[in-house]
Amino acid sequence: MTGTWTLVRHFLRRDRWMLLWWSLGIALLYWSQAVSVEAVYASQAELDRAAALMGSNAAFVAMAGPARALNTVGGQVTWQATAFGAVAIGLMSMFLVVRHTRAEEESGRDELLRASAIGRRATTAATVVVVALANLLVGLLVTLSLVSFPLAVGDSAALGIGLAATGLVFAGTALLAAQLTSGARAAYGLTGVVIGTAYVLRAIGDVGTPVLTWLSPIGWYQGMHAFSGVRWWPLLLLVALAAVAVAAALAVFARRDHGSGVVADRPGPARAGALLGTPLGLAWRLQRGAVWGWAAGLFLTGLSYGSLGTDVGDLLGDSAMSQEMFVPSGMSLVDGFYATAILMLALMSSGFAISSALRPRHDELDGRVEVLLATGLSRTRWLLTQVVLTTLASTAVLLLGGLGLGVGYWLTADDGGAVGRYLLATLPHVAPVLVLAGLTTLAYGVRARWAGLAWLGLVLALVVMLFGTVFRMPEWLQDLSPFHHLALVPAEDFRWAPLLALAAVAVALTAAGIVGFTRRDVEVR
Amino acid sequence: MTNPIEVQGLVKSFGSVRALDGLDLEVSRGEIHGFLGPNGSGKSTTIRVLLGLLRANGGSVRLLGGDPWAQAADLHRRLAYVPGELALWPNLTGGQVIDLLGRLRGGIDERRRADLIDMFELDPSKKGRTYSKGNRQKVALVAALASDVELLLLDEPTTGLDPLMEAVFRRCVDEFRDSGRSVLLSSHILAEVEELCDRVSIIRAGRRVETGSLADLRHLTRTTVRSETVRPPTALTGMAGVHDLAIDGNRAAFEVDTAELDPVLGVLREAGIRTLGATPPTLEELFLRHYGDTLPDRPGAES
Repeated sequence: MTGTWTLVRHFLRRDRWMLLWWSLGIALLYWSQAVSVEAVYASQAELDRAAALMGSNAAFVAMAGPARALNTVGGQVTWQATAFGAVAIGLMSMFLVVRHTRAEEESGRDELLRASAIGRRATTAATVVVVALANLLVGLLVTLSLVSFPLAVGDSAALGIGLAATGLVFAGTALLAAQLTSGARAAYGLTGVVIGTAYVLRAIGDVGTPVLTWLSPIGWYQGMHAFSGVRWWPLLLLVALAAVAVAAALAVFARRDHGSGVVADRPGPARAGALLGTPLGLAWRLQRGAVWGWAAGLFLTGLSYGSLGTDVGDLLGDSAMSQEMFVPSGMSLVDGFYATAILMLALMSSGFAISSALRPRHDELDGRVEVLLATGLSRTRWLLTQVVLTTLASTAVLLLGGLGLGVGYWLTADDGGAVGRYLLATLPHVAPVLVLAGLTTLAYGVRARWAGLAWLGLVLALVVMLFGTVFRMPEWLQDLSPFHHLALVPAEDFRWAPLLALAAVAVALTAAGIVGFTRRDVEVR
Repeated sequence: MTNPIEVQGLVKSFGSVRALDGLDLEVSRGEIHGFLGPNGSGKSTTIRVLLGLLRANGGSVRLLGGDPWAQAADLHRRLAYVPGELALWPNLTGGQVIDLLGRLRGGIDERRRADLIDMFELDPSKKGRTYSKGNRQKVALVAALASDVELLLLDEPTTGLDPLMEAVFRRCVDEFRDSGRSVLLSSHILAEVEELCDRVSIIRAGRRVETGSLADLRHLTRTTVRSETVRPPTALTGMAGVHDLAIDGNRAAFEVDTAELDPVLGVLREAGIRTLGATPPTLEELFLRHYGDTLPDRPGAES
């Protein structure tokens, strides 16, 4: 373990901005909920009324978590922030861990470090220390910001500490994934699947099958019931699971060779197949793993939403308030739920679309595009191929989500027509997904380094979808989200105009990106 | 027929840094042209401008008679490029990458591909992430040499190759040139350049400081002479072109500008030559003269 502390200092220095932004961002997610609730609801009566509406909406419950004490500020903060806070801290932990372990090993830098006078496990130990510090920092900031609001100290601490423990569970997962896989990309993928599964399990659990919630670390965190009779024992589950994951990772680490995963690299074909000779074939070959993974994830998520069937209606009850909320726009409760579920699937597909549209950036900065463009392949054709693949794959991924939803509904409610109906309702959402992909391509076309900023587009869309109506965001701000314009089929009637406008925007952004790319220097890291 | 590479007054800036500052470079048909310079002198930047990966800020660049920025893809079908370090896709095998690059260039010579893989002793079925540096370089070399092209752009191509493989590389490049095609070989390995190149250009800080055949350039260098004469060769003292003269009785050791060799030998003959040793200048000395004004002591020079 010699050298661990030197490495900890080195890592903290490398990560200082990343840590700052993530922890401030997550703390802000919690704190802003408290501020908004205070600002939006003038009286307790108003909050009571809103709470009853929100709590009876299964779509909201599936997105956010069990509705408890929603007529209090603390209850609102817990409900609005915990599920997304847990996903966010999971992503932070994942990036921190993989960046210092598998990514370093893959790049060969880790070899350099390990050849110096440090212990064999020093990098791993230092990573654990740094990610633990990061999670504690986030937990502390969340707690302090809520206490300063002021909210009750004990409950605020439960939110903060529970969040940190959830982050540690995902940190342990990422550490284990970094040992099992032999590439950073695969480690990110595996951890991402675990985080996504944890989120979806509790979503389904909260709406229909409570036992599923208890299979999810996020469910445990929310099971601490902050601001509604806080209980601490689920924290033990989180800490124990984190410890088990880290221990398992260390055990694998002790047994494997440097640079390898658990599964050794097998030799591959010595010749390229016919497919690989074309730019599109290459793009598919490089992205197919991600495409299959996201497609399966979206299908299963859709299937889980769909399998709630018409129970959604029972869950919502026939409360006059729920009716009042949905009837003006002509929505039935079930349709309203599924319209929102489809929107959720579309947002998830955007995650794939953006990461797929970012592949050219990785290939360029890693220096792989250079040799491709030194052949008979023109810049326009190369990037256009990437765009075509992103477009086709994003569409397929989203439609598989819609198909899953329809099939789930069909199996549960014995309504075969649902498959076509929900698939059709999903189709228009391809346009806003491609707007975000187009935004990514535009940013990439201007400068490869800037392309990652396109994620902010997805963050904005998520914030608008989750909090836009509840917190009465200004209309222009909500309009910035491409998802805000489509009719919520099947709850609302389909409209062509917004779909065509969005499609035009997507094409324009993409075309501008391609033109930009043909005019700039090819970058290298 | 125009030269495959014609560069005049090329300027390329990155922000406030001027990487290329009025660079000239000509490569003629049928020659291997050495492109010499220390790290960071602008060799790779020049090659990347030639490939249309970077856009020139000024000057004129002609590649195979065309504009490398505007006609990149068309021109690239007629050339092959080997980067100093080939970044491979971690999950594609070397063989797949060779085929891919070959096909994108418009076809690959199957027999040649097989021969090259044999000669370079490359295992084409390993995944990109498992290749060592030298093996990654072999993938790039096989991909380039197996294509039927008119011009090779090689950017420090032998990085990481062992001496045996370097010899294979030299043989291949020699054959390529002998069939009337051209090569631009950037390098800082002088032995490689000296053995392979017909002409060289030396660049420093984004400018060409010297160009010509090795014979031309040797005129700019000094020959190291050691002599023993019947009488002390005192006439050497103060002679034009003689440097670092050390006379010890009848023995003398000095360096002489290669252009002044004849009059100096005249002086020695008059002193009555008993033994004479002359070491011809190496490119290394030429190179060092351009990058540092003093030569390091060579072993045995003082005895």
